[in-house]
Amino acid sequence: MSKINLSVNLCGIQLTNPTILASGILGTTKALLKRVAENGAGAVTIKSISVESREGHKNPTVITFEAGMLNAVGYSNPGVDAAAREFTNLQDVGVPVIASVIGTQKEDFVRVVDGLSAQRFSAIEIPLSCPHTPGFGLLAGQGTPQATFDITSAVRKVTKLPIFVKLSPNIPEICTIAKAAEDAGADAITAVNSMGPGMIINIESQKPILSFKAGGVTGDALRPIAVRCVYDLYKAIKIPIIGVGGISTGRHAIEMIMAGASAIGIGTGVYSRGIDVFRKVCEEISLWMQENGFDSIKSMVGAAHD
Amino acid sequence: MIEQPMMAKICDIQEESPGVKTFFFKLNLNFEPGQFVMVWIPLLDEKPFTISYIQKDLVGISVLKRGVFTNAIHSKKIGDMLGIRGPYGRGFSLKPDSNSCVVGGGIGMASLATLVDRLNLVVDKRRGHVTVIQGARTAAEIIYQKRFRDMKLCTEDGTAGFRGTTVDLLKDLLKKQRFQKVYTCGPEKMLYKVVELCGEHGIECEVSLERYIKCGFGVCGQCDCSGQRVCIDGPIFNIQELSRMEDFGKITITKTGARVIH
Ligand SMILES: Cc1cc2nc3c(=O)[nH]c(=O)nc-3n(C[C@H](O)[C@H](O)[C@H](O)COP(=O)(O)OP(=O)(O)OC[C@H]3O[C@@H](n4cnc5c(N)ncnc54)[C@H](O)[C@@H]3O)c2cc1C
Ligand SMILES: Cc1cc2nc3c(=O)[nH]c(=O)nc-3n(C[C@H](O)[C@H](O)[C@H](O)COP(=O)(O)O)c2cc1C
Ligand code: FES
Repeated sequence: MSKINLSVNLCGIQLTNPTILASGILGTTKALLKRVAENGAGAVTIKSISVESREGHKNPTVITFEAGMLNAVGYSNPGVDAAAREFTNLQDVGVPVIASVIGTQKEDFVRVVDGLSAQRFSAIEIPLSCPHTPGFGLLAGQGTPQATFDITSAVRKVTKLPIFVKLSPNIPEICTIAKAAEDAGADAITAVNSMGPGMIINIESQKPILSFKAGGVTGDALRPIAVRCVYDLYKAIKIPIIGVGGISTGRHAIEMIMAGASAIGIGTGVYSRGIDVFRKVCEEISLWMQENGFDSIKSMVGAAHD
Repeated sequence: MIEQPMMAKICDIQEESPGVKTFFFKLNLNFEPGQFVMVWIPLLDEKPFTISYIQKDLVGISVLKRGVFTNAIHSKKIGDMLGIRGPYGRGFSLKPDSNSCVVGGGIGMASLATLVDRLNLVVDKRRGHVTVIQGARTAAEIIYQKRFRDMKLCTEDGTAGFRGTTVDLLKDLLKKQRFQKVYTCGPEKMLYKVVELCGEHGIECEVSLERYIKCGFGVCGQCDCSGQRVCIDGPIFNIQELSRMEDFGKITITKTGARVIH
């Protein structure tokens, strides 16, 4: 590794580098979070947790295509009580751990945040944007400015931790929603969740492959959309942005940072480049910064704006 | 690579025992013993199975009838299609010129079958020998009766071969002969004991683990066993790796992500 300093301060959380494991990828157990941290992530996010346990959709739940991934996992998770037992002594992970909290109504978000409050999470992320799970996110009307304001306000009342509100790329008025989150006390915006939903049909059997038929699109196909969302958000809000969507190389990460992201999330990149994608991306960022005369991540944030 | 099922036509079906059928497909898979594929029935589900036969352009999966999905496979006829994606995971690493013992419990034998074929092919007869132990509850459950050269049987009820467990039989054999390597697949309690025994005797050992599989390619985190992803880091783990995996033999994770005692 070179001497370039990649550290960032995200809402008061000190990260050794700007790469964050996105929610829903490998964040099922503390052991896996630790493994991802050992592979270079600056912070990690757990897989989203609801009040009750959920089995999720049947398989196939995750498939890939030429330009990314299609998933409809359906928020399988063991529920808040089991999650509180799983994610104890989080200092063992070695990097800050972000809790991802979901609910079908604002009271659920509050209950999950409460239920996890004894564990050492560094921030709470609330995705209001899943496109493929009935009862949650977009399919529950959580992607409107009003719902975003209400849910964020409710969570704000019960935690002092930084709150990241995670938004969908589908919604044209993403900036209005982000402002509603900001007004309700959110500390950062995570942009974006998967887009779509999309569908892939197997033509021999004449059936959609995912058991839920439709699923969220992530990976390369999502990147230009995610970059544009982050670019627009950077102009519209004052709180920091975590840019997520299609990042698997240092160049992608820098592009997202220049659009306005203070840190970046990686999900599908774990598939395309392996579990050590975090270390690889950091090395590539360092090298590029060295060659191009940048000495901090901060100096690149929003660089693409006029 | 693109992770999507390809539809393959069932071209033959063979009954291995009252509960186990092998389904053959004409497929060109670059399969290594120990790996697995995901089998898809449209609109129903998709589950992991190992390839249990590789014959020229034919591959087979041997399926034990258990629940909804395996019953649905058993009801398929020649000419019906199943979706296959993979192969996935890290296979066995062969130690050819040595005496090895392959220990299979129940349907675990299916995951070892192509390994035995491969070992028999590569082991130089003057320098090594392959012993197979197959354990079942009762004689009727024994599969691949005539398939392997040196297969020792054991049953819990004594209706075929040695009366007792595969572990008892392995212990017995170890009194008389020496193995350099043991390969095993079966119920995790059995695997745990085989690993213990190999540890005591200083024998190399590789184990095929099972956990609930969703994606199969290392992203969803469903198949965790103490920080190892069974689908991509495994399913084959060696004795040194297993010694660092606290969940081995103790804890498994259900499809909700809850930890349960094995
Ligand atoms: C790597 C691997 C290789 C396997 N190879 C074979 C094989 O060659 N032949 C064979 O008969 N069986 C094999 N299995 C087990 C097989 O996947 C299960 O028997 C099958 O999924 C049962 O489905 P069901 O609906 O019939 O039963 P269910 O009643 O749904 O399940 C019975 C048991 O099967 C297991 N199971 C169910 N779904 C899954 C899943 N998605 N992933 C992992 N385990 C599951 C669980 O332990 C469950 O308790 C393998 C499993 C793994 C992990
Ligand atoms: C398999 C899979 C599961 C996901 N599960 C969740 C989830 O539980 N909660 C969530 O907020 N986002 C979830 N996401 C979305 C990711 O966190 C991320 O926003 C999206 O994948 C875009 O980033 P990427 O292109 O780097 O993958 C999931 C994505 C994938 C591919
Ligand atoms: S089954 Fe998804 S990571 Fe192993």
